[in-house]
Amino acid sequence: MTQPTPSLDQVLPPILARHGNDPTRLVQILRDAQDQLEYLAPDTVTALARALNIPRTRVESCVEFYAFLHDQPRGRFRILFSDNITDRMLGNQALFEHMLKRFHLAPGQVSEDGLVSVGLTSCTGMCDQGPALLINNMPITRLTPRRVDEICDLVQSGLPLADWPSHYFKVEDNIRRAEVLLGSGFRSGDALRAALARGPEAMLAELKRSNLRGRGGAGFTTGVKWELCRKARADIRYIVCNADEGEPGTFKDRVLLQSFAERVFEGMALAGFTVGARQGLLYLRAEYQYMMPHLLAVLERMRAAGLLGRAILGQVDFDFDIDIHLGAGAYVCGEETALIESLEGKAGRPRIRPPFPVTSGYLGKPTVVNNVETLCKATEIALHGGAWYEAQGTKQSTGTKILSVAGDCERPGLYEFPFGVHVSEVLAECGARNAIAVQVSGASGMCLSPEEFGRRIAFEDVPTAGAFMIFGPGRDMFEMALNFADFFAHESCGFCAPCRIGTGLVQKMMHKIAAGQGTRYEVNEMLRLRELMRTTAHCGLGQTAGNAVFDTLQKFRPAYDRRLQDTDFIPAIDLEAALARARAMAGRDDADAHLGAQA
Amino acid sequence: MTVSVPAPHSGPAAGPRKLKVATASLSGCFGCHMSLLDLDERLLQLAELVEFDRSPITDIKHCGPCDVGLIEGSVCNSENVHVLREFRSHCKVLIAFGACAVAGGLPAMRNGLDVGDCLKEIYCDRVGPGGLIPNDRELPLLLDKVYPINEVVRVDYFIPGCPPSGDAIWKYLTDVIAGRMPRLEHPMLRYD
Repeated sequence: MTQPTPSLDQVLPPILARHGNDPTRLVQILRDAQDQLEYLAPDTVTALARALNIPRTRVESCVEFYAFLHDQPRGRFRILFSDNITDRMLGNQALFEHMLKRFHLAPGQVSEDGLVSVGLTSCTGMCDQGPALLINNMPITRLTPRRVDEICDLVQSGLPLADWPSHYFKVEDNIRRAEVLLGSGFRSGDALRAALARGPEAMLAELKRSNLRGRGGAGFTTGVKWELCRKARADIRYIVCNADEGEPGTFKDRVLLQSFAERVFEGMALAGFTVGARQGLLYLRAEYQYMMPHLLAVLERMRAAGLLGRAILGQVDFDFDIDIHLGAGAYVCGEETALIESLEGKAGRPRIRPPFPVTSGYLGKPTVVNNVETLCKATEIALHGGAWYEAQGTKQSTGTKILSVAGDCERPGLYEFPFGVHVSEVLAECGARNAIAVQVSGASGMCLSPEEFGRRIAFEDVPTAGAFMIFGPGRDMFEMALNFADFFAHESCGFCAPCRIGTGLVQKMMHKIAAGQGTRYEVNEMLRLRELMRTTAHCGLGQTAGNAVFDTLQKFRPAYDRRLQDTDFIPAIDLEAALARARAMAGRDDADAHLGAQA
Repeated sequence: MTVSVPAPHSGPAAGPRKLKVATASLSGCFGCHMSLLDLDERLLQLAELVEFDRSPITDIKHCGPCDVGLIEGSVCNSENVHVLREFRSHCKVLIAFGACAVAGGLPAMRNGLDVGDCLKEIYCDRVGPGGLIPNDRELPLLLDKVYPINEVVRVDYFIPGCPPSGDAIWKYLTDVIAGRMPRLEHPMLRYD
């Protein structure tokens, strides 16, 4: 059963050659090496550092940074349960424990025969068909006790994953409400043809007229971004598509890439044409690795159709091609400068801005970083013009927006609405009755209580990157805040102190409250820490990390109060037990050798 | 440096009352108290504003009701716990004073080791007399780990620094005495 581990001399040279011995492709090299070697042993790290002529510490820092790169054996089958709050609401914890029991394993532990490990990971973007897991980066959705048993049997049989029945790996689109983007037929090439006919200047004018704003959450005006990049003085420019859809509860980009990839890639080519870039990069989150073959096939098809490559659509001076980079499990890489660092083969730590990517991005060159959905919207504008586009949605939020609806409702999935839709309309459409809360825009977003369901999804009111998680009657909003506190503590990149320490402290206090040892002291401290992180963290991750705790404290205070002790303070440590070791060593049991429990 | 300090608030009937301040060092090096002495001539000004209860300055052994308590050092043994609890129950405002009290500091470097192994190595494994771990009940027992004081009691304010400078202490104390939100800003706010 055990295959001989291939030697480094056999494995590394072809990988290095494929990536041109280029240290800026280190993350990709490490991923490829790990695929064949199962994990990145110290010898591998040393060999790679030598071959790439970079310090060993640089390779090591990468391996340590990314959750999906391992410096220790993780088993031939690496199973990771998605642990978003929506997975928990669907009962992932019981399934997780069931699997651990079947394999006689502790979380994260590798079985003695090196066969399997079972752990938890952040949201894998399958919230509408959870609970979900990843097995060697392949998703399996809609887990049930029976399905978990079948998976256990297959693992124990040792059957290679490639030979497993394909129905396990089926991922559904679940498009429930379609408008312009999800509903209209799209003929590949039409948008690009329209843009070419217009010319770059006119295309930019249409884009600015449309007032399209970025769909990744921040809402920066796309036309301005493209114009800044176009005007930046440089010989080379890049278009980056941000498909690192890591925000818990968001899965729209997965569907767009799964079923609308031509449109995404055409949007990138369109951007390339408009700003004068010849190279595009799609940064695909590791959790979506299963889509790689499909995406590569689409790229090949588009090259054959003359929509990518040299002299696109016969335009002699328009060359553009797209390369796909895989992430390695780091939420922070959704931040555009962290993403660029990762593209350059480094640990994904956000850069100091300015300079902004539009003037100094990938490899120091002007770079446009756009969300998957934004690029799709650009094709609409190329086809129909800015004035047509501007007529949809609200004044400051034009066009439609795709919402990833999950949680307690009858029909989870994708809903495309014009911006300005009321939260209550979305709830009615997806069959969510008596919801007690909606968490909009993921863990970093906003928690709405029923009296706010009249509010609107738009940059003017409730901005969103797309996540829309619904909590029905009987749900405990403290559990959501606790889940997100764990999430942020795990995903903080560790670069700046406010976030690294702040998320850790908030997590500790939330668990203290969960254990029934919390007091008002912790509540006050968490509010203080939230403010500190919000105002001083280096990037958006830290600035928004305290939002869920803050919102739930404001709107669902009883969920906290019933866990709090009515005293001034309770130590998290058991002081009496903390003396036990010294007591035993000294052989004492007198009254002074004990500490009462009172604070 | 001069800081203007308004007179503490006095009740309508009573005359001006001096605030009561207590200080103590748990497991630390007394460096923060040395820094307190760096107030130099401002100590005289301080003496006009406050009255010291338990403190190495007065050599009072137990503190009574106080307005402000300053705690230096981390919580390393059972006696530290008792002193800290006494301060918390008697002081309206408790201030963690210096790196050890705030974060565990130097004493917490033993946290990577097992306290039993430490005791064994020091008292049993060495050449020389004894070979027994002292067991007199007068001696406080060591805790398994060294803790910052805010993990044992509620703490109102923190003054970082190893030690905090005399200027930082003066700023902090005068803020508290005057009823202002105590604030340290650059260059007084420092952690080394």
